[in-house]
Amino acid sequence: MINEMTEIQSLMQIQQLSLRYQQKLAFQDITLSIPQNSITAIVGPSGCGKSSFLTCLNRLSDLIPGCTVSGHIQLGTLNIRNPKINTTALRRRIGMIFQKPNPFPMSIEKNITFPLKEHGIKNAQERDRIVEQVLQDVGLWSEVKDRLQANALNLSGGQKQRLCIARTLALQPEILLMDEPCSALDPIASGIVEDLIISLRQKYNYTIIIVTHNLAQAKRIADYAALFWVDGSCGRLIEFAPAEQFFNAPNHELTQAYVNGIKG
Amino acid sequence: MVLILGFLLREALPILQSVGIKAFLTDKTWSPSQQSYNLVPMIWGTLFTATGAVLLATPLGIISALFCQYYAPKAIASGYRRLIELLAGIPSVVYGFWGLVVLVPLINQLHPPGTSLLAGILILTLMILPTIALVADATFAEVPQAYLLGAAAMGLSSWGTIWQIILPASKSGLFTGMILEIGRAIGETMAVLMVCGNVVQTPDSIFAPVRTLTANIALEMAYALDNHRSALFVSGLLLLSVIILLAIAAELVKWDRV
Ligand SMILES: Nc1ncnc2c1ncn2[C@@H]1O[C@H](COP(=O)(O)OP(=O)(O)OP(=O)(O)O)[C@@H](O)[C@H]1O
Ligand SMILES: [Mg+2]
Repeated sequence: MINEMTEIQSLMQIQQLSLRYQQKLAFQDITLSIPQNSITAIVGPSGCGKSSFLTCLNRLSDLIPGCTVSGHIQLGTLNIRNPKINTTALRRRIGMIFQKPNPFPMSIEKNITFPLKEHGIKNAQERDRIVEQVLQDVGLWSEVKDRLQANALNLSGGQKQRLCIARTLALQPEILLMDEPCSALDPIASGIVEDLIISLRQKYNYTIIIVTHNLAQAKRIADYAALFWVDGSCGRLIEFAPAEQFFNAPNHELTQAYVNGIKG
Repeated sequence: MVLILGFLLREALPILQSVGIKAFLTDKTWSPSQQSYNLVPMIWGTLFTATGAVLLATPLGIISALFCQYYAPKAIASGYRRLIELLAGIPSVVYGFWGLVVLVPLINQLHPPGTSLLAGILILTLMILPTIALVADATFAEVPQAYLLGAAAMGLSSWGTIWQIILPASKSGLFTGMILEIGRAIGETMAVLMVCGNVVQTPDSIFAPVRTLTANIALEMAYALDNHRSALFVSGLLLLSVIILLAIAAELVKWDRV
């Protein structure tokens, strides 16, 4: 454990990132390096800009009318903030899972094969292989292998969310952004998805950035944790630290109060 | 509705009793003064104009709605929508008049006489386009944002998203829109009467003049007597039945959706 911070490679560097919706500043001046092959949890009270922050990382913020971003985000050699980069390729490298599971209104299988086709995987056998692979990865294969043609909208909430994770994994992203992926699920489904997230990190070394309202969950899964806070009416980063330190010996009083459940 | 249907039935009954239904399909010509009541050329007339117009207007309307929903900036989209609503409100005589003065001479240059099936199809297309465009627009507006964000977050192309997600998710709404436009196309009278030439014949090309069922009624009702008059009511009955069937179909589609 000697000087862990320098030993760990950082995959993505975020510098002085701010975001506005029209006139309203959603968050300001966030500087943070996302460590590679680890789970970074972002916690904080409602409205502090956690979801908005995630949408900058895959440039989904482009699609929100009136939304302007400033600052710098670097992924390897790629400057994510450069307006000229190919967002299709970027979003293939950075997958995103939403709070409310959003499988497409088509068959389970097609939810996975359709994006693969779009991304140029022409060989049907190759696609079938990937379908089985990713459904195995998310533990859905045994549950759905006999009804791959069934409509994905008829799955249970937890199954839907795992399907969404599977179809994102199929594109082999380097980073997964997850915006409260368990909060729309019942406790059992939530536990299954949580275990899945841990296994993705352990087995496949994914880099995961997860927003969660559930501190206990953050404690269980995170390697690093970041606390966002609303200061005035604008979100700010209060503390970013390895999970051990974040939960047991935080540097900031606010973090201390938050993790002890006194504030937030 | 029931009253109108009853009325049509009562007026159509005398001829149905005296010459039977088959006469309308098998008689040699449409010459009511010689007791010959063949409606087939006019049925074709209606069928061809309506089908042609629906085939043209549906893709155009859907494209226009896609543009409005997903490509146009907000301000342009809302102005464009207003324009289409306006287009829907223009009286059909005005369309007919425009067709007669502008469209027919143009077609005449291409291939005389100008008043033709083609002119009818084009005018009808213009008239039903707002219907399908507005319905499609409203349908696309209901496609859940979550699908679109999900697709964008996976880096899917807009074409892929439109073909695989938006259109399938809008299927039943678009179908309802099509039924509405078919109804409008079949029922439209004035404009087609003005540009179609109204010769009673099964058209052999799109440049040939045709007469639709509705135009036939409008043209002859004023002077028709006895069986002739009754025969026109039969064609009215036919039109109304088709419209009722379409309405039922539209209702079924809606039910299916709930
Ligand atoms: N599309 C938008 N247009 C305008 N304001 C927005 C938009 N989305 C979010 N906001 C505002 O930006 C601020 C940050 O929102 P954001 O959704 O990022 O917070 P959050 O931390 O994810 O909250 P929660 O925990 O409730 O999900 C909030 O004040 C919110 O009202
Ligand atoms: Mg949020």
